[in-house]
Amino acid sequence: MWEQIRSNQIRSVVLTIGMGVLLILIGYFLGLYFFDSAIAGLVIAILVWAVLSLIGYFQGDSILLSMSRAKKINRDDHPRLYNVVEEMKIASGLEKMPDIYIIDDPALNAFATGRDPKRASVAITSGLLQKLNRDELQGVIAHEISHVKNRDVLLMSMCSILLGTIVIIAWYGSRIMIFGSMTGSRRSSSSGGGGQGQIIILIVALVFMILAPIMAQLIYFAISRKREYLADASAALYTRYPEGLASALEKLGASTGQLKSANKATAPMYIVNPFRRKGLKASDLSSTHPPISERIRILRAMAGASFNDYDQAYRHVHQGSTGVIPATSIAAGTVPLATIKPEVGAGEPNEIQRARETSDVMWRLGNYTTITCDCGAKLRVPPSFREPSIRCPHCGRTHQV
Amino acid sequence: MIPVYIIIGVVVVLLIIFLAIYNGLVRRRNQVKNSWAQIDVQLKRRYDLIPNLVETAKGYMKHERETLEAVTKARNLAQQLSSAGAGERAKAEGELSSVLSRLLAVVENYPDLKANQNFLALQEELASTENKISFSRQFYNDSVLRYNNQTQMFPSNVVASMTGFKASEFFEVTLAAEREAPKVSFT
Repeated sequence: MWEQIRSNQIRSVVLTIGMGVLLILIGYFLGLYFFDSAIAGLVIAILVWAVLSLIGYFQGDSILLSMSRAKKINRDDHPRLYNVVEEMKIASGLEKMPDIYIIDDPALNAFATGRDPKRASVAITSGLLQKLNRDELQGVIAHEISHVKNRDVLLMSMCSILLGTIVIIAWYGSRIMIFGSMTGSRRSSSSGGGGQGQIIILIVALVFMILAPIMAQLIYFAISRKREYLADASAALYTRYPEGLASALEKLGASTGQLKSANKATAPMYIVNPFRRKGLKASDLSSTHPPISERIRILRAMAGASFNDYDQAYRHVHQGSTGVIPATSIAAGTVPLATIKPEVGAGEPNEIQRARETSDVMWRLGNYTTITCDCGAKLRVPPSFREPSIRCPHCGRTHQV
Repeated sequence: MIPVYIIIGVVVVLLIIFLAIYNGLVRRRNQVKNSWAQIDVQLKRRYDLIPNLVETAKGYMKHERETLEAVTKARNLAQQLSSAGAGERAKAEGELSSVLSRLLAVVENYPDLKANQNFLALQEELASTENKISFSRQFYNDSVLRYNNQTQMFPSNVVASMTGFKASEFFEVTLAAEREAPKVSFT
């Protein structure tokens, strides 16, 4: 049923090849211009790309996690988060439990990483962890696990590396060209190519250097947006409860905070675009993510939880006849939605309790010891504290550290 | 000479298709078995959690002796039937789920109990185990559906009947009380 995401994958592969062609063209022009040989340019372009890809494939997830300053947690640190991830692992049929990370940032966001389902990680900001109730958290985690399950992570990181290579080469290439031609020390004139032809190549190469990164970015966005829809559809299918993700997205959309540790290359990894500004409707071409309001409307319009229902809802919202889910993965048969929340969730912590719980986790992850004094004050003892005992500043009792 | 090559070629192609389908069936059947084991793990986890929960709740819930006893009884019955057939077992587990949700609903009336950290942790574990049970059942039923489709659809049904693949049973919950509980799939 949901394994057949192949046709979508083919489309993504075609787009990726498009980006590869861009890279080859850029190498071609560079080579022609600087070395008088297209091959040399191609070799340089492909070499840069290969090195970056290898690093990305083997170390990409750990680089991403350490760049976003994510801290790994285990079951005891945050049992609810761990349980929710495990629930979604079971619902999606993932073979291995993904690692869980928390990013200490009040912005609301989450992402998944890992090159294959056996080596996956889910990261969530502490802000989001505080804001969401259990159902919403489940929706967000389901969305992230879908990215892992659908192998979006590998595709998107390979794409972003391709994009990065194009941007880097074009940036340096065009700078060298501009400044090189200004000082006249561009290259030896002994090759004697003749002024007229040289200038044409210069102009073509320059225009291409400027256009290639933009084109590559547009392709990248197209792939990324498609994947977001598919992950939303999978999340609804796993949880049988699209409302959970919809209301989580509502909270995500209402917040304006930007994630400090995100950058342009890592943006598509997140559940919502970390750079969006409020009041700015993400236009169709220039965003890695579909507009949040639209994603919410699609989720709320779902009559059942299957891919088919998501497709129907998408068509309904867009008033069009083209869906987002490839026909091969739309299976016959209906998948009913879960209706009301069971009483089991009644003892759920409210937002204040969640905020306390999360800040406790963050202190503990920073190796602080927490001592609760009898007067109700909480003492956070830093790891560098060496004294055997500490006095409560509030009531004056002494505590053993 | 050429017709012989053609015949050999056709046979080889057919053999490859046959093996591919056969392997696909085996993979699906293993997935069904695996996901059944997953349900089992979660049900066992629930047996382990309930005595602790009842023990913690006992001190606070003086007026709910009957509910607590019903939970313990349903748990023991379900555990006894855990080696019985799927139908009987599903019924016992469904019964257990419904008395448990009744218990967790009345917890709301006991603020002292709700303030107990130990109880809260147990409640979270139990609530999550309930979810895991229904998610693993959901995944099991989806696996069964995919496997059964393959054993019944052409051309894989030919391979399936030749090599003895039989359709699997769904894990259906028939109890009325359980039907009311959401997040359950009746695939």
